[in-house]
Amino acid sequence: MAQVLMKDLNKKYDEVHAVKDVNLHIRDKEFIVLVGPSGCGKSTTLRMVAGLEEITAGEIAIGDRVVNDLPPKDRDIAMVFQNYALYPHMTVYDNMAFGLKMRKFAKPEIQKRVQEAAEILGIQDLLKRKPRQLSGGQRQRVAVGRAIVRHPQVFLFDEPLSNLDAKLRVQMRVELKRLHERLETTAIYVTHDQVEAMTLGDRVVVMKDGWIQQVGEPLELYTKPTNRFVAGFIGSPAMNFVDVGIQGSDGSLTAQGTGIRLAIPPANAARLGPYKGQRVTLGIRPEDLHIAAGADQAPYVFDAVVDVVEPLGSEILLDVKAGPNSLVARVDPTVRLKVHDGVRLAVNPERLHFFDTTSEKAI
Amino acid sequence: MVIERPWKRWVYFYIPLTVFVIGTLFPFYWMLITAIRPDAELYRSWRAVNNTPFWTLNPTLEHFKDLFAKTTFPHWLWNTFFIAVISTGISLFCGLLAGYALARLKFPMAGALGTSIFVTYLVPPTLLFIPLADIIRNFQLGNTPWALILTYPTFLIPFCTWLLMGYFKTIPKELEECARIDGATRFGAMLRIIFPIAVPGILSAGIFAFTLSWNEFIYALVFLSSPERKTVPVGVVSEMIRGDIYFWGQLMAGALLGSIPVALVYSFFVEYYVTGLTGSVKG
Repeated sequence: MAQVLMKDLNKKYDEVHAVKDVNLHIRDKEFIVLVGPSGCGKSTTLRMVAGLEEITAGEIAIGDRVVNDLPPKDRDIAMVFQNYALYPHMTVYDNMAFGLKMRKFAKPEIQKRVQEAAEILGIQDLLKRKPRQLSGGQRQRVAVGRAIVRHPQVFLFDEPLSNLDAKLRVQMRVELKRLHERLETTAIYVTHDQVEAMTLGDRVVVMKDGWIQQVGEPLELYTKPTNRFVAGFIGSPAMNFVDVGIQGSDGSLTAQGTGIRLAIPPANAARLGPYKGQRVTLGIRPEDLHIAAGADQAPYVFDAVVDVVEPLGSEILLDVKAGPNSLVARVDPTVRLKVHDGVRLAVNPERLHFFDTTSEKAI
Repeated sequence: MVIERPWKRWVYFYIPLTVFVIGTLFPFYWMLITAIRPDAELYRSWRAVNNTPFWTLNPTLEHFKDLFAKTTFPHWLWNTFFIAVISTGISLFCGLLAGYALARLKFPMAGALGTSIFVTYLVPPTLLFIPLADIIRNFQLGNTPWALILTYPTFLIPFCTWLLMGYFKTIPKELEECARIDGATRFGAMLRIIFPIAVPGILSAGIFAFTLSWNEFIYALVFLSSPERKTVPVGVVSEMIRGDIYFWGQLMAGALLGSIPVALVYSFFVEYYVTGLTGSVKG
């Protein structure tokens, strides 16, 4: 069990600056998820923690040891890879025992630990098989088993669920979460899937172009994104963005876009004051848009035309057009609307987001 | 593959296959039949009434006996074997390490180095034997097995390196990364994880290297001179043709015995050999 500390971490390849000034304090027993689009530096960061990539500048400490110059084997970590990386010439048992054998554990101890891990993961019956005789889900379990027998200080996961089919992925996700609660080991998990990030992480780190964009608990990222990228990346369907101008008349502000005009709620007014006369980006989550009813105040309502209807069973996703702006609204499954129907939509005024158009930072 | 009409199967499959098999095996059959044909039949005129070129009614082992009694053929076999095994060993060892380094380690000029190794393989031995002869003379290795043991690797190492480099590249690098995290050093991961998985590749490199050195002709012809020091391919040709007389029976008996070890090696490892050329197992 240990904390992991990254200080001003940088990684440069010949021409690519893959990781830029990453500062991150991962607490003991925490499950932290690095998420971002491909090429954002999340895997490189993980591989630097593992010792598989050299650190160009900065420092990584596991527990209270700086590990910059330690080879992977001396860092007391275990890693699960996307392609499982099971040794094809060894049985499942030998795969799981390999790390312990390399560390010269006594045979009975190895046996005990492998049995224990196999029971936790429900793979006792597979111990004598070779990896090629296993299904994808079973291989994944073996790979996890191989990591947990070692009782390492930190678990590293590099997109471990990406090769599984959708159903199995959801199942393994739950199992990983349960496993983490049981083992209470610090874990760093890399994924490009924001759903995995939100469901697994105690805290989530959103990265883009080598920079950390935001670190926070899943719901904090969702409700208070620090910039437009995080706002758009977290949540599915993604947040709607509308380019609007801020206008003021007798103390109240309005956001005026083409085909859409909304009042700015008093809570946001103070921060948006300096932007009077300028353009900003308005962000509305799909669930914060609903079909207008009598209770909705007129300044928070606008007209749109239905473009596409996507019924998902538990909800309907309405793709609508308000002027040139395409928006997605998540509405009740009882709503009956057809393509080209006109619709009055209302926003939830407490849940509007505003972003600076140039810096893309949240206002 | 489903072919509905029988005649199509014959035209596109059985007949071409038969022609190919006959074409491939006929030289061996000719070698065999000539080796066991008595001299009287061998030197009979082609137009003679009782000429039977494709079979013999009086098989004899006379030529084999002569081969062992009157020539230094057993020496040749041993020389060829000794030289082939040692130079294959040297080449495999160097090729394994070089192939691994080129496939896995990041170092400046790795790509250029890989290419230049390959280019050396392309220099034809018929040119290279001239400078090599000079070197062999300077080191006073002429007419010793070491002349060949040390020159064969000049084409075997590039060959093994390239074959193994290609094979190592098909093995996911996560396997050894995982091993290194599991507690192995880079070298340990190479020995315990990568080499066992690369066995088919290593075997096919070894078989190829063995065959190439077993059959090698030009260096053996140039660097060895005394009859008892020769290898099979050179000995058979240089000692079985005396003046302008071809001792066909002994010649073919020698060729036949010389090709048996290679055939045995291939047939034992044919499965490994095929996977070795077509890529590694999937993780």
